[in-house]
Amino acid sequence: MALTLQDILHIARLARIRVTETEAEIARGQLNGIFGLIEQMQAVDTAGVEPMSHALDVSQRLREDRVSEPDRREKFQAIAPAVENGLYLVPRVIE
Amino acid sequence: MIDHSLKQLADALAAKQISGTELATLFLDRIEQLNPRLNAFITVDREKTLSEAKLADARLAAGETAPLLGVPVAHKDIFCADGWRTTCGSKMLANFIAPYDATVIARFKAAGTVSLGKTNMDEFAMGSSNETSFFGPVKNPWSDAAVPGGSSGGSAAAVAARMAPAATGTDTGGSIRQPASLCGISGLKPTYGVCSRYGMVAFASSLDQAGPMAPSAEDCALLLNVMAGFDERDSTSLQREAEDYTRDLDKPLAGLRIGLPREFFAEGLSAEVAQAIEAAIAEYKKLGAQTVEVSLPNMGLSVPVYYVLAPAEASSNLSRFDGVRYGHRASDYKDLLDMYEKTRAEGFGAEVKRRILIGTYVLSHGYYDAYYLQAQKIRRLIAADFAGAFKECDVILGPTSPTPAFDFGEKAADPVAMYLSDIYTIAVNLAGLPGMSIPCGFSGSGRPIGLQLIGDLFAEAKLLNVAHQYQLQTDWHMRMPRFPESI
Repeated sequence: MALTLQDILHIARLARIRVTETEAEIARGQLNGIFGLIEQMQAVDTAGVEPMSHALDVSQRLREDRVSEPDRREKFQAIAPAVENGLYLVPRVIE
Repeated sequence: MIDHSLKQLADALAAKQISGTELATLFLDRIEQLNPRLNAFITVDREKTLSEAKLADARLAAGETAPLLGVPVAHKDIFCADGWRTTCGSKMLANFIAPYDATVIARFKAAGTVSLGKTNMDEFAMGSSNETSFFGPVKNPWSDAAVPGGSSGGSAAAVAARMAPAATGTDTGGSIRQPASLCGISGLKPTYGVCSRYGMVAFASSLDQAGPMAPSAEDCALLLNVMAGFDERDSTSLQREAEDYTRDLDKPLAGLRIGLPREFFAEGLSAEVAQAIEAAIAEYKKLGAQTVEVSLPNMGLSVPVYYVLAPAEASSNLSRFDGVRYGHRASDYKDLLDMYEKTRAEGFGAEVKRRILIGTYVLSHGYYDAYYLQAQKIRRLIAADFAGAFKECDVILGPTSPTPAFDFGEKAADPVAMYLSDIYTIAVNLAGLPGMSIPCGFSGSGRPIGLQLIGDLFAEAKLLNVAHQYQLQTDWHMRMPRFPESI
């Protein structure tokens, strides 16, 4: 498998990162190198092996459904790029 | 005073030989002198540090005794600290003032330590040389031409140069152990889940773990006593009895079975590193330990597996940086999509983008089974290799890094070469095990060499014991680089 320039542009779009064609071309070479390394995995017989999604064999802890955190909206919004009346401002999404 | 151990510093503070404020000032002055050369700190704030020192002095004056009360510690800039700029080495967070404390920071505050500032790191902890930091690379205190390792390179360099008596780090694929090795200090990555991840900027959540970095194993044990503990705010934090990690430091090593994985001593290991490790093994034999050969047959696959799993988790974690709630936002955009794409193009550096692209690809439709699922299956095989090895030995010993510190620029243009420099550390994260690096010699050109000790799950006290007994017999961890301009 080798990634094409179109693949890179598609992945970058999925990742919401703007790339120029020059950047995409550089990334293509590097990613193909990295996937050359990753392809070693395909030779391994893993039939019947349970995927390991977590470092430890434990199950997710549940907590009581109650309010535990105080309202810190002002403090948290003080570091936002743009807010108004307690709302985060973004470009218009719905016309 | 700068060469004192944490215990000696704490004793001097308790005996009123020095105040917390005086001690913090001493280290702040040394940071001021050495940081222009080493770039180990991203943020230093004398006023904030001294106000924390004042609090510690008040507690000392009130007769409070706590093992590290008044001792200064530097924190990797990945930990949110209320009111402190927390950049994670990225332009994306270059102006981010954290509005709350990470649990690790809160625990240090409760213990009465004094923060010396935030240390430099590879951007979002992605790197093995500190060259990916938006704030410029950290220099290795032993050589201006050498990288300090990464991603916790600022913490490692700060401790090696004694700009701080100790520091925090995080380790996703070797980010505590490899820089500790390259800078000649001790560093411990605990078992996954021992230290809370709350408030620690996430890279790969199933692998990230915080840990201590300091000159000696004894220092690391004292720091881990502060850092470890259950936290209900971290859903993967472990509910366990609190441990005293210093409890086994003085245990003799007679009868200890040291496992030497054949794969650690194969092709790719530099002769100088191999020689230093052999000498350390001889030292352990003098202490009554015996060696057994073990095998980790799937270890070679740990790098490919890691470079699927870690980027996959990173691509998901870093989707939060969208320019909406905090961090960088592009200044000029025409709609929401344009804002996202420009913000992320401007805010992330090349290595971070590379990993987000890999992660996005391996999780995308049609590729999930071949990459992500296959990597998770091999992850289990790697963990099983360790479980098998620990039936035959008490600890595993080997090199931390295949070579001493490499030069700036040597691997920066070749991601695959850079990734392979973590060949001995990555498997430990995949298996969730504790691992440690301690200094065990120097190369011919005067660059430190590190020895890696790997334990079974929750064997931190054992690792610290094995490391401490070696450090009682050797003085590699006491060696300090010299600077003409320093106090």
